[in-house]
Amino acid sequence: MKVPYSWLSDWIDLPWPARELGERLTLAGFELESLDDEANDPVLNLAVTPNRGDAMSVLGVAREIGALAGQSVTLPTAEPVLASRDDIFPVRLVASAGCASFVGRVIKGIDVSAESPPWLRARLQQCGIRSINPVVDVTNYTMLELGTPMHGYDLGLLQSAIDVRLAALGETLRLLDGQDIELAGGELLIADAGGPIGLAGVMGGERTAVSERTIDVFFELAYFEPTVVGVCARRHGLITDAAQRFERGVDYRMQEYAMERATRLLLDIAGGEPGPVTTSTSVGQLPHMAAVRLRRRQLDRLTGADIPAARVQTILQSLGMAVQATEEGWSVTPPSHRFDIGIEADLIEEVARIFGYDAITEQDARIAQTVEPVPETRLEAVRALQILADRGYQEAISYSFVDPKWQQLLFADGAQLQLSNPIASDMSAMRVSLWPGLLTAVGDNLRRQQKRVRLAEFGSKFLLSAEAGLREVATIAGAAVGEFMPQQWGEGARGIDFFDMKADVQALLEATGCADEFSFRAEVLDCLHPGRSARILRGEQPVGWLGELHPQKAKALDLTYPVLLFELETEAAFAGIPPVFTEISKYPSIRRDIAVVVDEAVALATVSSAVQTSAGGLLRELVVFDVYRGAGVDSGRKSIALGLILQETSRTLTDSDADRIVGAVLEKLRREFNASIRDQ
Amino acid sequence: MEGQDLHTVVEQALAQVAAAPDRAALEHIRVQLLGKSGAVTAQLKSLGKLSAAERPAAGQRINEAKRTLTEAIERRRTQLQQTELDSELAAGRIDVTLPGRGQEPGGLHPVTKVRARIEALFRQVGFHVVEGPEVEDEFHNFEALNIPASHPARAMHDTFYFPDGRLLRTHTSPVQIRAMRATPPPLRIIAPGRVYRCDSDMTHTPMFHQVEGLVIDENISLANLKAMLHGFMEQFFERSLRMRLRASYFPFTEPSAEVDIECVFCNGAGCRVCKHSGWIEVLGCGMVHSHVLQAVGIDAERWTGYAFGVGIERLAMLRYGVNDLRLFFENDLRFLRQFRTG
Repeated sequence: MKVPYSWLSDWIDLPWPARELGERLTLAGFELESLDDEANDPVLNLAVTPNRGDAMSVLGVAREIGALAGQSVTLPTAEPVLASRDDIFPVRLVASAGCASFVGRVIKGIDVSAESPPWLRARLQQCGIRSINPVVDVTNYTMLELGTPMHGYDLGLLQSAIDVRLAALGETLRLLDGQDIELAGGELLIADAGGPIGLAGVMGGERTAVSERTIDVFFELAYFEPTVVGVCARRHGLITDAAQRFERGVDYRMQEYAMERATRLLLDIAGGEPGPVTTSTSVGQLPHMAAVRLRRRQLDRLTGADIPAARVQTILQSLGMAVQATEEGWSVTPPSHRFDIGIEADLIEEVARIFGYDAITEQDARIAQTVEPVPETRLEAVRALQILADRGYQEAISYSFVDPKWQQLLFADGAQLQLSNPIASDMSAMRVSLWPGLLTAVGDNLRRQQKRVRLAEFGSKFLLSAEAGLREVATIAGAAVGEFMPQQWGEGARGIDFFDMKADVQALLEATGCADEFSFRAEVLDCLHPGRSARILRGEQPVGWLGELHPQKAKALDLTYPVLLFELETEAAFAGIPPVFTEISKYPSIRRDIAVVVDEAVALATVSSAVQTSAGGLLRELVVFDVYRGAGVDSGRKSIALGLILQETSRTLTDSDADRIVGAVLEKLRREFNASIRDQ
Repeated sequence: MEGQDLHTVVEQALAQVAAAPDRAALEHIRVQLLGKSGAVTAQLKSLGKLSAAERPAAGQRINEAKRTLTEAIERRRTQLQQTELDSELAAGRIDVTLPGRGQEPGGLHPVTKVRARIEALFRQVGFHVVEGPEVEDEFHNFEALNIPASHPARAMHDTFYFPDGRLLRTHTSPVQIRAMRATPPPLRIIAPGRVYRCDSDMTHTPMFHQVEGLVIDENISLANLKAMLHGFMEQFFERSLRMRLRASYFPFTEPSAEVDIECVFCNGAGCRVCKHSGWIEVLGCGMVHSHVLQAVGIDAERWTGYAFGVGIERLAMLRYGVNDLRLFFENDLRFLRQFRTG
């Protein structure tokens, strides 16, 4: 809100130059956003928080300055402008819950073509408001100065009487700005016999607006209930100057005073003959500013400062509060312009901010010294990301909402949670996987001439199902394209493949301490290459996927092929155990290598589990060191080279022990997989 | 006569040893001189022909010659070994300036780095890290935080809604509510995570990260809040800096404040970043509103507390000098790679 320095000085002796004044107001809660024309006629642009509607006026800011400077602002007496005619216009408060007070006045025979004086136009301009005609200028000036929005009607166009009533569903109103709105019903209206003529507290209607033909006017200065105005303004998207003030609370005792000042101003500019001020009030429905207790003990406890009692009292009084000392502290009644004082803490804030937050000395809290748990039974997401980073992945963070078309392309079956008010259509669906975001990022980086992209992300995905409703599932995922290693001398180049990424996934699973519980099972997922995708299982529970993006999808997404992807649901996948020590054998191990030829369809997992069962407890480790197809191996078959590392913890194994074990293993493989044994 | 011979033999042999080109040639010379049928060995054998009177002196001379030669051969051998090693080493020279091989490490996102740093700092002083859902309801995101539907403060939050009335949390403050409902005080938590606002321009992204902090205990004061935040800021930026609280407004705290720190780019002297004010706004905070405590069933007469909320990207920008918020979500490798250190 813009406040001219010179206008403020009409109301208070300003103790500080504009810049310093802005600084002090900033610390007290009215942030100086900018200071215009500092050298000549400074205008302070202040941010007013939503609880302080009272400060949305020159008077309101002057009051704050008064409190900060230790002087109070008293309203100059407004000389009543005596009525020179009897004319009044009838007003009925039909919906008095929304309008407890309506002050009106007829002024006849004005010269609407008169120009507002330069000083007035200058002030309006400083506040960012254009001069239009004397009536509108006067209403704006009054609102800016006193914080009381007001409206001027062309009396000649008003029919019979004004009703302040609630709108019926489907009523229509053409607003001052020419916009036609349809009413939802329940909005507070100013209406006459011809229908709605204004949205109360928000904007007037076009039909009764003051124009260059206006001769007689009717001024409205009302108190509209904050919630009623706020709801209406937001429903119709009309956040007007008036609505902003009403919804924050307008001084309900200021209307008659403002009417006298406005009348005087209008008469000075455009002449005319005023009728009497008419006030329609529903007293029971006016706000009631209740006394709030302020306890010395609570003030000390919440601020941690020791503010002298006399100072507390002065501060509150300088803010216009009525203060009474009590046994435990004070009883404080806020003035009619303060709508934000309802509880003790509100008063404590007032005292603290005028006393100055800076004047409160920092003090360490005394707290209980409890030792807090540091769990070792879960792989933390940050640790997992670090493992991936060490393996060449760069952590990415992508938006939780994605392009539903992209997502549909990848996951045709899944239901997507759609935003009602997305910021853009390509950011309108909550992600059901981290892959859409990562693939977008991969594509963006390829377009930025990055040839080798490895990205990992941790975050929630949002799964919708009929049974479980919405589930937010914590997920870690990765995507990679390009060479396996960065280009370097002395190493051959090759593209990344399934098994490179599998090693990355396994590094994560190893870190849980429960690597044995996980397995990879060939399974088809629409968006993955059907022969190169695996479900990651923990026991029998699916915890993720690993695979190559389906070449068709890669093409559709304009990505180079292949793109490797993995995803793990961390809740289930990252539960772990601390390391468990096992005795290191003092005896040497024996290694025996075998090469077995089996059908292509035989998975290594079944071979190695057969080896494990047949080798018995002396098999320390099983290494797969080659898989070979080609000369010497029948087509449709493959040769798998296995290294068996055998060891006993209580004695040195002999060659005959090893021969016996290898014999049993080979026998089992022959029987179960029709394996033939290749010469080593 | 024999002595003269020996002298010549030794002189010639020493010349041969000195000229031996390699260890094999040297060995050959050694055998020729000192081997079973070597020249010096032959001399020793011939001692028997001498008279008993001549024998000791001749024997001594021959042994002397043998020792001289043995030592010369040994010296030459060491010399040749050194030469061979030197040439082997010379041949094995590499260009140490060639790059190392292997996988190139990636790194964490700056938001994660800063988040981890914030968590570590607060963990030290007894805060728990808690998390909550990102899809929230109006109760947790607004109502329990003293922001009723009609409240003008709702306009401060540009909220993303779902058709069923749920919403994307606009701050991590709802985690406060969940924590306070789940655990009786005293309470000391931080809640980091993603938050969403329906806003996108130069300085706003529709998603960003926040850390919410909450302390509920007996006799927690604004003075304690100031001390905690000042300590945090100084440790976060690893320097001493001035901090100030400005009165402000949040529906869920009373009193409320915005916190400014001395501009870390100009040390408070005034620069473009701080708009020449010398101050940079870093977070919002305040004493937990008694309505909020009541909403979660905490006795506001017994317990007081403070809460604060800080933007992670904001701190990352200040810490690392990033000048455009949007960079955090473009996942540009050229940006991300700059944060691999540390």
